[in-house]
Amino acid sequence: MANATTPARRTTAVRMSALERLPIRRIILTVLSVAIAAFVIVGSYKTLTLPAGEAYTWDTWRGIIVRGVSQGAIFALIALGYTLVYGILRMINFAHGEVFMMGAFTSFFFADAYAKSGFLNRSPVTALLIIFAVAVATSVGVAVLLERVAYRPLRNAPRLVPLITAIGASLFLQQTARGFFGTNTQGYPRPEVLDGTWTILGFPVDRIRVVVLVVSLISMGILQYIVARTKTGKSMRAVAEDQEIASLMGIDVNRVVVKTFVIGGILAGIAGVLFALTFESVNFFMGVRPGISAFTAAVLGGIGSIGGAALGGFTLGVLQAVGPPLLLTGFNVPSPFQLEDVVTFSVLVLVLIFRPGGLLGSGEAEKV
Amino acid sequence: MKHRRVLRLLALVAVLSLVGAACSNDDTGGEETGGATGGATGGAVDCASVEFGCLEVASGEPITIGTLLAISGDTASLGLDSQAGAQLAIDYLDGTLDQVDGQLLGHDVQLQNEDDGCSADGGQAGGQALAADPSILAVIGTSCSSAALGVADKIFSDKGILLISPSNTNPGLTSEEAHQPFYLRTAHNDKIQGAIVSDFVYTEQGITTAATINDESPYADGLAAAFRDNFEAAGGTITAVEAINSADTDFGALLEGIANGNPGALYFPDFNPACALIAQQAADIMPDTLLIGSDGCLATDFLETAGDAANGVFASSPDLSVFANGDFYKNEFIPAYKELVGTDPTAVFHAHSFDAMNILFDAVESVAVDNGDGSLTIPRQALRDAIFATSGYQGITGTITCTELGDCATDVTIGVFEAPGWPVEGGEPDSAPVFSETKSLDQVL
Repeated sequence: MANATTPARRTTAVRMSALERLPIRRIILTVLSVAIAAFVIVGSYKTLTLPAGEAYTWDTWRGIIVRGVSQGAIFALIALGYTLVYGILRMINFAHGEVFMMGAFTSFFFADAYAKSGFLNRSPVTALLIIFAVAVATSVGVAVLLERVAYRPLRNAPRLVPLITAIGASLFLQQTARGFFGTNTQGYPRPEVLDGTWTILGFPVDRIRVVVLVVSLISMGILQYIVARTKTGKSMRAVAEDQEIASLMGIDVNRVVVKTFVIGGILAGIAGVLFALTFESVNFFMGVRPGISAFTAAVLGGIGSIGGAALGGFTLGVLQAVGPPLLLTGFNVPSPFQLEDVVTFSVLVLVLIFRPGGLLGSGEAEKV
Repeated sequence: MKHRRVLRLLALVAVLSLVGAACSNDDTGGEETGGATGGATGGAVDCASVEFGCLEVASGEPITIGTLLAISGDTASLGLDSQAGAQLAIDYLDGTLDQVDGQLLGHDVQLQNEDDGCSADGGQAGGQALAADPSILAVIGTSCSSAALGVADKIFSDKGILLISPSNTNPGLTSEEAHQPFYLRTAHNDKIQGAIVSDFVYTEQGITTAATINDESPYADGLAAAFRDNFEAAGGTITAVEAINSADTDFGALLEGIANGNPGALYFPDFNPACALIAQQAADIMPDTLLIGSDGCLATDFLETAGDAANGVFASSPDLSVFANGDFYKNEFIPAYKELVGTDPTAVFHAHSFDAMNILFDAVESVAVDNGDGSLTIPRQALRDAIFATSGYQGITGTITCTELGDCATDVTIGVFEAPGWPVEGGEPDSAPVFSETKSLDQVL
């Protein structure tokens, strides 16, 4: 635009739009935030001040929070897979939930055999290590194949194309699992050591929940170390910054992309076993809901950001568990727990209104 | 240019007319006659003037009965079991269960099987496929209430085709407001099942507080509501009414919330795997609460998924031991079933399906007009009236008397079974219920 000759008009236009748009937007946001704050405060207050017989006891709240945190840890592990791939390739790998499912389902056959032979309870540590190894290997294999077959040929295609391919790959993997493993839900054995509770800070906590949390935190710590301190991590960050310049600097972009999928696959495999051990079951459909939740967590935390995915996962897990009873019981909403998705997605929308890039994101809106 | 466009149009018209001709030509089995032929040959029936017309079965052609059952996916064990029951009824037309099909009024009877998918979508797709076929006399189905309620029951009633369900139990299907004129069932109404479960929990176990969890299906919703109504009427207190999505896995927070109200019993009338997952997670969270599911839970899948947590979980179901007392069921029917299918029954509704076919055959025999040349004319409205007039028929599920609203199982015996003593493959097929009660429809709320 040749507007150097009309500086006066340009200034007016800017001022006009500032007058017209900004205040209205600000007013709406202010009203919205006041209304939400009021809803949250009134709802929580009403719930917490219910008469003794109806109110949730402290024990109940503790149980709900522990479940939320441990579920959040699994979401965080899966969300990291979404966010890593997004950071490098700027694409949403919608088949990631199936990578998670494949790992869990394949490891089921080993876990089941070990349980039947008694090995699982005789030496649970060895058995679990093998089970985790199988799940991780399967998930990594599926993730790498996915990248090689479905995504790499489309690397330079318009952004919608790999997105649709990812959805197709997701359905393909689901139906493959359905064909190979059947439609039935299978009972996933849990070693007896992980049944029951441990007393932590004077409170009984389910052992499996503790294990989920510890394993997830360790995995996330290792990931953080790899990305921040190693050469691989450096090259990943370089490719995320600018693919072309990175390749000019002598970085093999394809290698880095494959490594990213490998890391995502490892995390998904670990999450798959943890999920299966927690709920003692696997089926071909198990990747869908956790996949959607983890994707939501990644967006909530700021997609592309590793810390964001972890934070988003925990936030979402706790919100899903605590949100419905805390906010809705006080208003006498029938069957509040059924509305967990309403609560979590409302939070997601609100976060995106106020911080379009997510909690730890760049603060800018990203179009997918 | 213009020529080409006209030619293209002509070609299109030609292709379409060929397709149309092909579609209408393969209609050799039975033919819907709204008028002249039926009236002329039928003599006694004036097919032109009766609503929904007649079904003509030509000489030597089979009578086709549709089935719309859950024959794939998680609930396939339910539908395939009912399908076997229907097949055995055809076998029994000659008076013996010998794996050789009998005949009805000199005609073979064949089944045309569609899948109800255990969902409203499946009921819609399968229902329309069958309703579009004019040779279908009646349909046995659906397996799941969700496939029938407002979907298949309406599709078939609009066409004047009978829909007889062996396993729909949702009370809404035969309610004053929602009943469709051509819909009936030989399965029990869940008003009865809910009332008997309430009796078991409140009277037999002496538990006065309970919570319910149901999924989004009309089956679970109706059953949970029937239980709550009866439980509260008896003097019990409902501490929580919760709902879930049947695809969910994590019920931890929900169960923690329910446990806060300290219910003495938790009733979860759902399908598997949700049912098994609830039982498994509830065993950890509320070990002292009595857990009880419904006939949708009572399946081999439950025992496999829940593992050790299944032990001590109760489930209600039509009481098989009542049928087993009948010599016919025990000594002839079950052996024939095993020979046909290869395993013990995977559900209980094969018996209801067998009875449904038999009352249909009786109704056909009473209204079909033999035209003398080997062909049959069956007026649809008269067939409906005849089957709804069924009274005092001795079936293997008991005495069958159909009400105006389509409930044919009027006296129902429901048993409560305690796992692992569940009468299914993987449990203990010969086990007896820990509680059993018979109620009739007019005895319940």
